[in-house]
Amino acid sequence: MLHTMTVTDTHGAPAIVAEGLVKKFGETTALAGIDLEVPAGTVFGLLGPNGAGKTTAVRVLATLLAADAGTALVGGYDVRHDSHRVRRIVGLTGQYASVDELLTGTENLVMIGRLLGLPRSEAKARARELLAEFNLADAAGRSAKTYSGGMRRRLDLAASLVGRPRVLFLDEPTTGLDPRSRNDMWEVVRNLVADGVTVLLTTQYLEEADLLADDIAVVDHGRIIAQGSPEELKKQTGAQTLAVRPADPADTALVETTVAEIVGASPTVAGNLVSVRVTDPAVLPAVVRRLDDAGVTVGEITLRSSSLDEVFLALTGHPATDESAPATVAQDGPADDDPAARIPAAARS
Amino acid sequence: MSTLTTTLPGQAPGPVERAAPTGPARVGPIEGLRHTATLSWRSLVQIKHNPMELLDFSVQPLMFLLLFTYVFGGAIAGSTGDYLTFALPGLMVQNTLFTTLNTGVGLNNDLTKGVFDRLRSLPIARSAPLAGRIVADMVKQTWAIAMMLGLGYILGFRVRTGPLDALAAFGLIILFALAISWASVLVGMLVSEPEKVMVFGFTLIFPLTFISNAFVQTSTMPGWLQAFVKINPVTALADATRGLLSSGPVATPVWHTLLWAAGIAAVFAPLAVNAFKRKV
Ligand SMILES: Nc1ncnc2c1ncn2[C@@H]1O[C@H](COP(=O)(O)OP(=O)(O)O)[C@@H](O)[C@H]1O
Ligand SMILES: [Mg+2]
Repeated sequence: MLHTMTVTDTHGAPAIVAEGLVKKFGETTALAGIDLEVPAGTVFGLLGPNGAGKTTAVRVLATLLAADAGTALVGGYDVRHDSHRVRRIVGLTGQYASVDELLTGTENLVMIGRLLGLPRSEAKARARELLAEFNLADAAGRSAKTYSGGMRRRLDLAASLVGRPRVLFLDEPTTGLDPRSRNDMWEVVRNLVADGVTVLLTTQYLEEADLLADDIAVVDHGRIIAQGSPEELKKQTGAQTLAVRPADPADTALVETTVAEIVGASPTVAGNLVSVRVTDPAVLPAVVRRLDDAGVTVGEITLRSSSLDEVFLALTGHPATDESAPATVAQDGPADDDPAARIPAAARS
Repeated sequence: MSTLTTTLPGQAPGPVERAAPTGPARVGPIEGLRHTATLSWRSLVQIKHNPMELLDFSVQPLMFLLLFTYVFGGAIAGSTGDYLTFALPGLMVQNTLFTTLNTGVGLNNDLTKGVFDRLRSLPIARSAPLAGRIVADMVKQTWAIAMMLGLGYILGFRVRTGPLDALAAFGLIILFALAISWASVLVGMLVSEPEKVMVFGFTLIFPLTFISNAFVQTSTMPGWLQAFVKINPVTALADATRGLLSSGPVATPVWHTLLWAAGIAAVFAPLAVNAFKRKV
């Protein structure tokens, strides 16, 4: 029993453990009892629509907010009672960039290096290194208020990496980014994980969670409604949609029965397009083979990821929409160079 | 993993894998001072990129000094020279009190722009963001007072006491400003945007500084107003500064100022710290 107290970071030990986290804001229940376990060195995705409670969960785990009930350990330290030690091992990139707009990129990072106890020369060297890594070397001497939204994001991320954290929280790191910046961000996350960092990221994009996360928890109204590896989750929800269009519209009925037979669910037919949600991607070759055997020429066949909306519909029976800000707004995203899009409403003036 | 989840009799199921305590659980005092110094540096470096701020706390006081001396001086005191001697201490006090608003504005900016979130996620002293801001603002205050005194000197103002008295005047103004800063911090923590700190502050500090003897002799005002002027702490501070820089009573106004400063700090410091702790 005693040995349990001396375990620090043995391989495979969870980097983050949360049990029954509850947080209420007045009448709103932001977290209604969240349990999490994130093994060290893995990526965990919190997937959910606006208002699901993702940011609140991250703020509790990063010691910015005290939960009303429940406990959480990060790196083995209690976020409430040992918050200082937690802060020494975590990095946080919030949903809205939190850089000091009146300082330059370099000054922002040097300030954090100094606060973390680096000598001036080391703080400067670390700042230079990170600015180069995040493609900000050219803007290093400009004050951050002149940065585009994407640049601020990158500076913010760099700021959370100054102290080489073991556990990194990324709250919607790619919302509103253009596809290229999004890819860059994914690359950064992969590199960090390769270095052994544990990453908890939140997202509204199923595709992002699927690509990056080893484990995903789907959150809705402060509750985890589904959890597992991307594969398990897809199996559970039918996270892909198969669509077949015969070259000859006369074959549509035959395609419909063939697909229904193989998938085991009745497809919807729109014109000559037959589509159905599938859990097992292996149905694609099966359908191709059977149609080929039947002499049907396929004009188009696709297997695409379901959207978060479709997954939500499968899990909850209600679409993933939120009264305050529908998920579609975030998906069509504001332009990368619109900094206002990433500033909390309260800060806009 | 399962072996680590231990439930002792009479104990709630223990959370798994508690880390052995490595490193201190809190920030040491020396470290805390270093964090404060770094964050003061940050506030001062901001000036480099925000020329408006430099204008705000350098040019503005000088402009006020010139305006009051040359526009009102003749009318109020008969000559600009006499008025300068009377009004410069008052102007120094007035400028300092208005500048305390910057503390609240700056803190509110940090709060609403997310900078506090960043700082709070770092292993630094909880008080450093507040202390750093206050220290930086005191440096700016001292700078502004010194500039006003410098321009005053060019315009003909002379310190008729000693250098130690002059230093005491500086110290007293800064100390009083520090006390008022707590009110500024409190407002900065409570309102939703920086502009509101300004609005709130102006409605409070304008009457406080103008209904005093900072710019005109108390005896020229109607009786009912004199009653307020005489108990106004700004009057005590202006008198004390005059006494310490040129001539007039020193002991009584200095004591009054110190008492007021202590009283204001005693009320607002706990409230401000409380509000700060709730946000940070
Ligand atoms: N500081 C707060 N005060 C009041 N309500 C809040 C606050 N923060 C979050 N909420 C509410 O809690 C719920 C969860 O919010 P949040 O954690 O930000 O969700 P997400 O990050 O998934 O969009 C929402 O209904 C939101 O309005
Ligand atoms: Mg959020």
